[in-house]
Amino acid sequence: MGARRTCNPAWGFVAPALAAIGLFFFAPVLAAFVLSLTDFDIYALGDWRSLRVVGMANYARLVHEPLFWVALRNTAYFVVVAGPLGMAVSLAAALLVNARLVRAKAFFRTALFVPVVTTLVAVAVVWRYVYHPRIGGLNVVLSQLGVPAVDWLGDPRWAMPAIILLAVWKNFGFNMIIFLAGLQGIPERLYEAARLDGAGPWGEFRHVTLPLLGPTFVFVTVITMIGYFQLFAEPYVMTRGGPSNSTLSLVLLMYEDGFRWWNLGSAAATAFVLFAIILLLSVGAMRVRARAAGAESAP
Amino acid sequence: MTLRRAATSVLVHGVLVLGAVLTLAPLLWMVSASLMPAGEATAAPPRLWPSSPTLAHYETLFARLNVWRYVANSTLLATAVTLVSLVLNSMAGYAFAKLRFAGRERIFRGLLASLVIPGQVSMLPLFLLLKQLGLINTYWGVLVPGLASIFGIFLVRQYAQSIPDSLLDAARIDGAGEFRIYRSIVLPVCRPVLVTLAIVTFLGTWNDFLWPLIVLTDQDMYTLPVALANLLGEHVQDTELMMASAVLTVLPVVVVFLALQRHYIAGIVSGALKE
Repeated sequence: MGARRTCNPAWGFVAPALAAIGLFFFAPVLAAFVLSLTDFDIYALGDWRSLRVVGMANYARLVHEPLFWVALRNTAYFVVVAGPLGMAVSLAAALLVNARLVRAKAFFRTALFVPVVTTLVAVAVVWRYVYHPRIGGLNVVLSQLGVPAVDWLGDPRWAMPAIILLAVWKNFGFNMIIFLAGLQGIPERLYEAARLDGAGPWGEFRHVTLPLLGPTFVFVTVITMIGYFQLFAEPYVMTRGGPSNSTLSLVLLMYEDGFRWWNLGSAAATAFVLFAIILLLSVGAMRVRARAAGAESAP
Repeated sequence: MTLRRAATSVLVHGVLVLGAVLTLAPLLWMVSASLMPAGEATAAPPRLWPSSPTLAHYETLFARLNVWRYVANSTLLATAVTLVSLVLNSMAGYAFAKLRFAGRERIFRGLLASLVIPGQVSMLPLFLLLKQLGLINTYWGVLVPGLASIFGIFLVRQYAQSIPDSLLDAARIDGAGEFRIYRSIVLPVCRPVLVTLAIVTFLGTWNDFLWPLIVLTDQDMYTLPVALANLLGEHVQDTELMMASAVLTVLPVVVVFLALQRHYIAGIVSGALKE
């Protein structure tokens, strides 16, 4: 009797999902930390007994590994440029689609959103041709405007901007939808009040739209940043990290290190550095949001 | 005044039309180029439309390059992950919303917080685990990380919170067991959110690249995106053929999206608004 009472049926509902997530996500994350403290390599893959614990040596080596810094710099470049640029495009698109006088809102919303649902590998294949130096659509259009041809994916200076453009094109629709929801949550009477106070369209935007979108901004910033730090498929398909490592990202480095050269120990260290960066920045963004919310509610 | 309004309207619509054209151009060109005779897509100056549309590249893909296999793999995996995760996530989401158990809030907060952990961190040990279990290069290996998802549990919990307790209690008084209540009351009530979750999961699994790339080693097991990346290595010169395989990869998800977009967008927004 007693045993039956302690068996809460709720556990039967949560146990399968928690077991799946625990076994195939949380346990591997913990194991990844342990792995990052070992010299796990191709020999250990064949025979576990050759495995040695090396403490923080993998992390110490990363600090002296030029490729790691290149990958970190490239990833940061991507996040810092593609993030704000994409958010600006998303917000502009949301404001246009949401404008009172616009007809066929649903059509424009759908058209601008379609790239989000497409398969990245497939559209990256298409964009490789768009970026072709001689016959690619981009250079053909630019040459009409008198701009000299650029070897987008072959020039170390232009390969990352090309990947940024692809990412912005592919992803801006997602944040546009979230901004649209945020815009529709702003009460119309606030705009009426602003107009009564003599505000023009710019004044309405500055003093009503922007402040009230604050929480949406924080959310969009955090998810965009988390997603963009995991840059992988774009450079994998478009450039394989080249030319001269100019598009090598942290995850691409981890993939090559771990699954091509089977240095799973040092690849795990790279993965954990990525995790630490994302964690710090997310906590930072949440703090900023909490402080802003506190300042608003203060008298 | 009305003249200014008309001018603004023309300007705003003009910018929107231009934006929509720029956004859709790469996709439309992909379809157009896939129908061009070989060599036409890379002619200089580039063509926008095929001189005489042909399905030859699609025939090559199906007849010679085994594309059926990849379409079947992708469809099977995306469907399986969607079905299994719907069951697990809906059960857990309902329990977190409506059933009482020790540590409920704490566990849920822990799950939410772990959304910041990038999935790649788990991939190296997970690969070793699956290798031990002999699941590398199997369907099981691909679908294991997708069996349940934190986002899915979160989404169902949000929705299930609106189920009135009185409804559930009435069923309990009538003697219905907890599983029966879940099946005959909770699932029907949660239908809209389950449709949303099904679309999000199906599209996400279909488009997934890194994990299948790691787990699948045998060409016959490849999903469409992995096969496409592989094909790019061998057939990069066959532009029209590459475009045809890109169309085959993208078309199913775009069709699913266009047919069910209302539910899909609703899901993203409800996931975003709380949190």
